[in-house]
Amino acid sequence: MSGLLAELSQRALDLGVPMSVQLDVTYRCNERCVHCYLDHDDHGEMTTAEICGVLDQLAEAGVFFLTLSGGEVLMRMDFFQILEHARKLLFDVKIKTNAFMIREKEADRMRKLGVEAVQVSIYSHRPEVHDAITKLPGSLKRSIAGIRFLQSRGLKVTIANVLMSQNLGDYAGVKALARELGAHFTIDPTITPKMDGDRSIVGLGIGGADLKDVFRNPELVGDVEEFCAPPVRVDEDVLDELPCSAGHTACYISPYGDVYPCVQFPLPSGNVRKQKFLDIWQNSEQLNEVRSIRARDLPVCSGCGHVGSCTRCPGLAFMEGNMRGPSTQDCEKSFARTGMVTANMIRKASLAGLGLVQISSVAGRLS
Amino acid sequence: MSQLYVLRSEEIAARMMAGEMMIMSPRDSTLFSLNKVGTVIWNAADGQMPLDEIVQQKVCARFEIDLTEAFKDAESFVRELAEHGLLALSDQPIEAAQQSVQANAADEALR
Repeated sequence: MSGLLAELSQRALDLGVPMSVQLDVTYRCNERCVHCYLDHDDHGEMTTAEICGVLDQLAEAGVFFLTLSGGEVLMRMDFFQILEHARKLLFDVKIKTNAFMIREKEADRMRKLGVEAVQVSIYSHRPEVHDAITKLPGSLKRSIAGIRFLQSRGLKVTIANVLMSQNLGDYAGVKALARELGAHFTIDPTITPKMDGDRSIVGLGIGGADLKDVFRNPELVGDVEEFCAPPVRVDEDVLDELPCSAGHTACYISPYGDVYPCVQFPLPSGNVRKQKFLDIWQNSEQLNEVRSIRARDLPVCSGCGHVGSCTRCPGLAFMEGNMRGPSTQDCEKSFARTGMVTANMIRKASLAGLGLVQISSVAGRLS
Repeated sequence: MSQLYVLRSEEIAARMMAGEMMIMSPRDSTLFSLNKVGTVIWNAADGQMPLDEIVQQKVCARFEIDLTEAFKDAESFVRELAEHGLLALSDQPIEAAQQSVQANAADEALR
């Protein structure tokens, strides 16, 4: 994060301003990705007028960064009306799309409307792998064509590569493809459980040994020594830290108007069809509970040596059953990075009758 | 001395926070934060009011700043923003509608 952005984020936090919002305009999608956490049926999406009304409220509340996502945003026939309204309100707009339906006209329109960046999910550089994940024949070819249209208009494109066992061997190919297309490249080894709590898709993610290899690949993480550095020493400042921006300076709104702390934190906190956004943001009991939590309030993680450097996602923890609990996926990442077991792993091993010890915590107490 | 007219770009993203303007240039993803004086000039940059009048009527009327000094600073400020594509500058009044006309034409083509 740049110095100025960090400063503005801190100011937003101090003032209670929701600086970033992700608005999913639809859950409908032309792809059926094997790992997707959404139900793609339309259960009563907000109308164009409702969404534009919500955007008016978000602008009034001080939202600056707006991510329009789905589902596939272009499944909505009124998407450009929504985008045009968002830009009239001077949001900094990012779009997440599979780019399948982006041709010259759509790319031109996004450019003219001043979209800041577009993120496209690409799972493999090989059609047989990518299309098997999206379950849409020809999708890689169309998505690449869409990226080329966006790039040729000068739009910034990021290729997001979700890592699963099905496409693990292909990240180098996707990165080379991104380079060839002039796009940025990111990887994400996190598979989010379904919104309804079904965790079956989490098993599609890569295992610990593969995660370790990914985290030790300088092509992917940059400075391996820094990325895989031992956890920072736990002190009072660390224990006073906030888990992330969810509910603090950011939140998520579903196509049905439900407000959650984050797309990955489906804690129902209000609905913009029933209440003003600002009323939900300022007074929701659920958001206020999320805001009250500091690292020291986490019963397992506060005693873990990783607490100061773990990427623990409170939303994933919530989906495991307790927003104050550990997020097992992040424990696995901490372990893969550092080789040091987590307090949660020790707890689970103990429950299973095994004896694990967190070495650095013991060393910390002796010093 | 010819007059200088300033017009906010329609391509930027902007939001006010605690009386100060945050601006993002989508061209190069550069983020700017204007102080209160800069925000006053920004808000008045409608392409119709010349910069010297903006400084006199909007800035000096509100802040205790010497007019000559304020104009010098304001000119350097708007030229810097113009370099990043955040403002258009001209010695003639600028019509804000020009960019909208282009966007509307593109809209029509899609309908």
